[in-house]
Amino acid sequence: MAYSEKVIDHYSNPKNVGTLDKSKNNVGTGLVGAPECGDVMRLQIEVNEEGVISDAKFKTFGCGSAIASSSLATEWLKGKSIDEAIAIDNMDIVEELNLPPVKIHCSVLAEDAIKAAINDYRVKNGLPALEEAKH
Amino acid sequence: MELKLPIYLDNNATTPMDPRVLETMLPYFTDNFGNAASRNHPFGWAAEEAVDYAREQVANLIGADPKEIIFTSGATEADNLGIKGIFEMYASKGNHIITCTTEHKAVLDTCKHLEKLGAQVTYLEVLPDGMIDLAALENAITDNTILIAIMYGNNEIGVVQPVKEISAIARKHNVLFFTDGTQAVGKIPVDVIADGIDLMAFTAHKMYGPKGIGALYVRRKNPRVKVTAQMDGGGHERSMRSGTLNVPGIVGFGKAAEICKNEMAAEAARLSILRDKLENALLQLEESYLNGHKENRLPHTTNISFKYVEGEGLLMGFNKNIALSSGSACTSASLEPSYVLKALGLGDDLAHSSLRFGLGRFTTEDQVDYTIKAISDTVNKLREMSPLWEMFKEGIDLNSIEWAHH
Repeated sequence: MAYSEKVIDHYSNPKNVGTLDKSKNNVGTGLVGAPECGDVMRLQIEVNEEGVISDAKFKTFGCGSAIASSSLATEWLKGKSIDEAIAIDNMDIVEELNLPPVKIHCSVLAEDAIKAAINDYRVKNGLPALEEAKH
Repeated sequence: MELKLPIYLDNNATTPMDPRVLETMLPYFTDNFGNAASRNHPFGWAAEEAVDYAREQVANLIGADPKEIIFTSGATEADNLGIKGIFEMYASKGNHIITCTTEHKAVLDTCKHLEKLGAQVTYLEVLPDGMIDLAALENAITDNTILIAIMYGNNEIGVVQPVKEISAIARKHNVLFFTDGTQAVGKIPVDVIADGIDLMAFTAHKMYGPKGIGALYVRRKNPRVKVTAQMDGGGHERSMRSGTLNVPGIVGFGKAAEICKNEMAAEAARLSILRDKLENALLQLEESYLNGHKENRLPHTTNISFKYVEGEGLLMGFNKNIALSSGSACTSASLEPSYVLKALGLGDDLAHSSLRFGLGRFTTEDQVDYTIKAISDTVNKLREMSPLWEMFKEGIDLNSIEWAHH
């Protein structure tokens, strides 16, 4: 399968690989996917006092498209407010990375990871969880 | 000398043609273009003579009589002809076929097709190292069993089955023995007499010959075996496979067989040293595992799982420069890992993380060294970004986590 240049670029030079301290109250962690499905994403956000995502990190087990989707997601998250982050849609990722139909699930996983991280942050800070992710 | 990229290490999928084979074939496209069945003029005679000679070369490679070679379009057709042909021809004797779960799809899907036509098929499980359980095989035989179909060497893991023992069991119970020899013939000594094989499928393009030509060996003596034709027409190939003979292909197949016969011993020795070098280096990586039996296998094949990295992502790290196949066929949305590795009892995590290496006649040590480095670097890099690797390193049991399944 031919990958788009953007996928190859994120795969070769992934942005924001790493781990944030999940014990901190202002860090939200989302872990989605399953090893037997061949995709696991862990996405983390750190939120500052203004409610803005000041840092985002990921680690992903999966194909190039899964790695690229999560790398892109972390890039997009940085500097966004929580409300703006919630609005990120998987189809935005599909469009940006030119993902073929069989790889759309990678973008879905990335969106789920964003929502899971936000939820974790919200719950830690006494806020109600968002309604169930749409997927 | 500078290393030329990309490197080809997918010789179990197909092999490049040996230039000596091509050279032998060329005149049969142009000057000697005759139909081997044209009995009345020199063009036909030349073609027939070439086919006769090639048939001898092919037969010689496997210790057969030339009359026992039925040319087909490839191994898939030979698998179909052998199994379906026996099912039809021996219908009055029984309808039970025994095969195993790690066979090639050309065998498994043929058996599934026959099930719809009334065949009873036993799909034997293999042992964790990929070997057939001989006792289970013998136990599976019933009064209705007409055929045992077990491959010689496996295409994904290279495991070589105990063919002599299998054929002895078949003989003892008066059951025919078919083997898919596609990966083994030309690579290791295969002798239909010594091995007790009644029918065998094999093909030219896995042994440095052209695509589009293969053969079914059908034993003529002790016992005399017959298959019902699956292609009707002019009655070519002793009426077992009609269709104008692919003369240039057959000539190339013959030459490829002759070269294999002459060079097999040296080539196998050289390739097993390179294969072992590759394998040993990659098994130095933490949490990497060899799939299949370590001793009983083809000299040019190895299959290794790299835990905590995903196969397709792994391939992407170097597939511009190294042609390899992943055990997992991840191109579909279903993300099915290799059924062969699953049959060995591998968990999805290991089955998703495997690479199959097929070395070949033109593989060099430089290429192996490059591959070792490229793969080691990619595995290490991907593990650095794998959440599963991090959890493993922290001592977290991945089975204790409740994963969200999609």
